[in-house]
Amino acid sequence: MTNSELNRFKDKAFQWFGIFCTMIGLVVLAIFLINILIDGLGRIDWDFLNNLPSRRAHRAGIYTAWIGTIWILVLSSLIAFPLGIAAGIYLEEYGKRNRMASFLEVNISNLAGVPSIIYGLLGLEIFGRVFGLGGSLLTGALTLGLLILPIIIVTTREAIKAVPRSIRDASFALGASKWQTIWFQVLPASFGGILTGVILALSRAVGEAAPLIVIGALAYVPFAPKSPMDEFTVLPIQIFNWISRPQEAFATNVAAAIIILLLITFMLNGIAVYLRNKWQKKVKW
Amino acid sequence: MLHIKPLRFCMVLLALAATACGPQYDENADFTLKGDISIDGSSTVYPITEAVAEEYRYVAPNVRTTIGVSGSGGGFKKFSRGEIDISNASRSIKENEAAAAHENGLDFIELSVAYDGLTIVVNPENTWAKDITVAELKKLWEPAAQNKITRWSQVRPEWPDRPIRLYGAGVESGTYDYFTEAIVGKSHASRGDYTASEDDNVLVQGVAGDINALGFFGYAYYEENKDKLKAIPVDDEDDSNGAGPIFPTLQTIKDGTYAPLSRALFLYVNSEAVKKPQVVRFMDFYFENAAQLSQEVGFIPLPEEKYKEEYQKFRQFAAKHTGKAVSTDKTDTAKTANQ
Repeated sequence: MTNSELNRFKDKAFQWFGIFCTMIGLVVLAIFLINILIDGLGRIDWDFLNNLPSRRAHRAGIYTAWIGTIWILVLSSLIAFPLGIAAGIYLEEYGKRNRMASFLEVNISNLAGVPSIIYGLLGLEIFGRVFGLGGSLLTGALTLGLLILPIIIVTTREAIKAVPRSIRDASFALGASKWQTIWFQVLPASFGGILTGVILALSRAVGEAAPLIVIGALAYVPFAPKSPMDEFTVLPIQIFNWISRPQEAFATNVAAAIIILLLITFMLNGIAVYLRNKWQKKVKW
Repeated sequence: MLHIKPLRFCMVLLALAATACGPQYDENADFTLKGDISIDGSSTVYPITEAVAEEYRYVAPNVRTTIGVSGSGGGFKKFSRGEIDISNASRSIKENEAAAAHENGLDFIELSVAYDGLTIVVNPENTWAKDITVAELKKLWEPAAQNKITRWSQVRPEWPDRPIRLYGAGVESGTYDYFTEAIVGKSHASRGDYTASEDDNVLVQGVAGDINALGFFGYAYYEENKDKLKAIPVDDEDDSNGAGPIFPTLQTIKDGTYAPLSRALFLYVNSEAVKKPQVVRFMDFYFENAAQLSQEVGFIPLPEEKYKEEYQKFRQFAAKHTGKAVSTDKTDTAKTANQ
């Protein structure tokens, strides 16, 4: 075997190894999805989406849980979205390159790695007890808002960094102020990237049960929340509660609830992808 | 001639369907009861309280009952701060938790609502373990056993020289507290080298797939998985409450001969909560239906006498704190009406 043949062989081998690594993830995901779909698809009907919790697995539904999940998602993105983007803009555009800035930077990256249950304890103490919000939707949304804030900040910064220097220079050359440059040039150009961050952040928030259990989210809530001050439950808590029941029929409910949770996540992602594509088409340099 | 317009006919049908599908309230439904009932605590007791709350919806449609699952300890923490009305508990309140409640000016009462039998299970292919004594269980689970008692033959010489693998409740659960208290003699003390999980279904899977396994968990999980598990009878070597090894069954757990692993599950109600009529009615309802509903979700009801006793205890407690004697007539008539 000549040297070049050997190299070509190595190249091929590495390519196959790469394909193999990619497939592991996909195969696991496929097995998981197929398993869940087989177990749960037959259980999903109008009643399942519309029924209140029940001790009888076939009568139990996820009405209050999916409504709670939607509430939490909307509220926490309303809280985290403006805060995260504003913080990202500040750090990237206005923040000075000094020790304070690097201190902030390191801490925000650290925050992204803090286990979610710690956020739950923080939320329980500050929002639940000090602010007196109790185990309400607002406490849950503020807690999850904090949880996803670092992700949004970090991706906002990355997206802003990716905007070419020349765009800014052109804007400044035309006499635009710093704020005008950010608002009319930098933000629209980076919004696609920012939305990607928001997708990632929301997908994380939608699956969280631990911090919400800590702040006092409930397992049995027989009414749909009507205001941010109401008590609530979410799909992951309902799933967690059902999976630990002795009766086998609850496992089917779990599969069905997981499908709905996945659907909600996919729908959110779909909306964000759609917005991102629309936005990117608008940007013409 | 009678002409029925199709559209109108459809509307009538729809209206009929709507009434048929609407919530069906109990004929004794009390629409005047309003307000919230907040319950939190043990996830073991949760299914019973959930079942009662579910039925209570039909009796008191305007009351909003919510139940959390922050565990016996988490529940007591909130309970002693007065944040919740009722606490589900799979163990008795601890001294410091009781002290915290008294500090906040709260009196409370402990009420048993059902039994659970902690079941000792092995793999169905395990042919040697036919019974086990409490002393042997202690030898196996006490803290000193860690890294020492690792083979079946060390527990009882007749058993084969095979490794033994243990499965049990996680240390945060009331189940763990109870088991260690009953077997080791000291709450919260056991060996640490066993497979621990807060989710009993994980333990079921573990024991079902391991011929060398021995585990313990609530009776309901054994009952639902009988085909995958083998329960072994427990001998407490005290013939005054049933001689020899005793299997956990509805009967032995109920009459206490399945000692010491038959345990009571509790509700705690505080002195502020009994001032709310919706809570008092809820407790009435609880005791009227606990026997049937606890069995339906996999637990063992108390003997009827015991329910009456517990209910009287609650009534006296409520009377003491509301300042008025409440007659029990109402529930008696409700009971006969239900039958």
